[in-house]
Amino acid sequence: MSVPNLLTAAAEPGQADPGVGEGLASKIRENLRSPRLVAGAAIVGFFILLGVIGPFFVRDPNAITTAIYARPSAAHWLGTTSIGQDVFAQLVVSTRASLEIGVGAGLLATLVSVIIGISGGYAGGIIDEGLSLLSNVVLVIPTLPLVIVILAFTKANSLSALIVIIALTSWAASARVLRAQTLSVRNREYVLAARASGERTWRIVFVEILPNELPVIVSNLLFAMIFAILTQATFAFIGLGDPTLLTWGNMLNIAYNAEALSSGAWWWFIPPGACIALFGMGLALINFSLDQLLNPRLQVYRARKPASGRPTAGQA
Amino acid sequence: MRYLLRKLGFYLIAAWVALTLNFLLPQLIPGNPVEVLLTKMSQAGPVPVGEQQVLTRLLGLGSGNIFDKYWQYVDGVAHLRLGLSISNFPTPVSAEIGSSIYWTLVLVGTATVISFLLGITLGALAGWKRGSRLEAIIPSTTLLTAMPYFWLALILLFVFATNIWHVFPQGQGYNYDSAITVGWNAPFIASAAQHAILPALTIVISSVGGWLLGMRNMMVSTLSDDYVVAAEAKGLRPRRIMIGYAARNAVLPSVSGFAISLGFVVSGAIALEYVFSYPGIGYQLVTAVGNDDYPLMQGIFLVITLAVLGANLLVDLLHGFIDPRTRLSR
Repeated sequence: MSVPNLLTAAAEPGQADPGVGEGLASKIRENLRSPRLVAGAAIVGFFILLGVIGPFFVRDPNAITTAIYARPSAAHWLGTTSIGQDVFAQLVVSTRASLEIGVGAGLLATLVSVIIGISGGYAGGIIDEGLSLLSNVVLVIPTLPLVIVILAFTKANSLSALIVIIALTSWAASARVLRAQTLSVRNREYVLAARASGERTWRIVFVEILPNELPVIVSNLLFAMIFAILTQATFAFIGLGDPTLLTWGNMLNIAYNAEALSSGAWWWFIPPGACIALFGMGLALINFSLDQLLNPRLQVYRARKPASGRPTAGQA
Repeated sequence: MRYLLRKLGFYLIAAWVALTLNFLLPQLIPGNPVEVLLTKMSQAGPVPVGEQQVLTRLLGLGSGNIFDKYWQYVDGVAHLRLGLSISNFPTPVSAEIGSSIYWTLVLVGTATVISFLLGITLGALAGWKRGSRLEAIIPSTTLLTAMPYFWLALILLFVFATNIWHVFPQGQGYNYDSAITVGWNAPFIASAAQHAILPALTIVISSVGGWLLGMRNMMVSTLSDDYVVAAEAKGLRPRRIMIGYAARNAVLPSVSGFAISLGFVVSGAIALEYVFSYPGIGYQLVTAVGNDDYPLMQGIFLVITLAVLGANLLVDLLHGFIDPRTRLSR
């Protein structure tokens, strides 16, 4: 559950705010050498390429052949399914739909969280009370059972319906972080100065406040994308997806129901899950580097480390 | 006291929202669900008198305007008239849920507590000994947390049950074939424990990383705080500083973040139980979805949500206990 924990860590007031503006460029340059950021960007870039141009180069993922449960070989890089479909072709085509859901639902959830979090934090008073209550209630109601029930009732399984349903159930954690952030930014001198000089509210929000929260918003977006892909994979796996739409979760559902396990066809069910985990790890690594950039305390301490006697202590 | 009342008030509102959602959502079902359900029931056996009325009210389709309908629905739920299950006709939904909830409570509860304690301990140590070998496992936790629960379950099943080593059972809650009776007897408990190991292991492996990472980051932040430096200057034993000063404060965000995490674990457990055919409430939900068993789905959604709310209330009270500041302010 790194998702919630990193979010709550970022929500600690006064922790993520210092040093956002100053020296950011030099820190980015410094972090470009960080293996974490490079690895994360490479993984995410690889999947984006795979999803965008990959489908043009692979064979028909639904073509049925007589090569049933073929092991991985030169002809079938990742073997074949129980009805002889090429697993690699399916994986590449699935990548596109899974990324679309991740990006779509991630962007939409982040947009909702920005609107609710910033307007609540900036407006204060009864509006803030109401929006906070709303976020906390949405946060505490478990998402997946809700999504499952909605999908089962409506029988909606088109791509856009899935994106909207996932986004509307997953914005709350980010909204809470952004509200806390807005509360701390709202009373900074430059915001007070802008208000005193008579700037309009929308200008203060979009020009003074929003840019300062951009790093947090990007971080929330990355997590929202991981979350959307995981959620979609889960309900597709239990059979609530569109059966004709190839996604990573849907591949796992088909593999599980076609007894891929007892047939020993590991090449069928390992790759889709590995893609989800790897892509999620790529996003998390980028986020991790971002966190190091924005949270100076994580760096300051490292510089002090050699002088401290702690590393030898506490070997209980 | 004020803290307690405020928390109670919040959870009451959350429970009311869940109840209202449960009333509103069935309106999304296309067509006339009551007719469809009654047809299915009559195929399975004789439908008891009054079932039509219970279903109508439960699905928010009672008579009168929307408030009348709402009142009839609340009245039905308050009297635990949750309708009859279709997947297992004619068992009442309340009895169906009653038979499955304990499996999930024990499995998910135990695994979550183990994972939380393990993650917090390792995270505290990793934050304390910066640069040690423990720190090196942190990048791998990001992979673990991005991994879908059910996929890890598939792999564990493949490796330890079906294909490579046949050391664990392939699923289900206990050995159904042999002459084992459910209850407080040694053969049943042994069998149930043996069947719970792989599912519990899945939950622990996939959720421990998040606790570890959050705790480690907070620990690092806390260690540069003045009171920790002061404690060091006083010459307190390192162990006491680590546990009593740094870790005690660093753990607070993890405890207050429990709400979101529990939602994740519950969500993960649904697909997990499906993989292991574990007789818990998640597997029941998946079965209900497959059978278009609307009353059972509604009941399960309500029970899962209320259980998560209850667990969070407990954790919040605990938080007030370990962090006295929350009781004073707010």
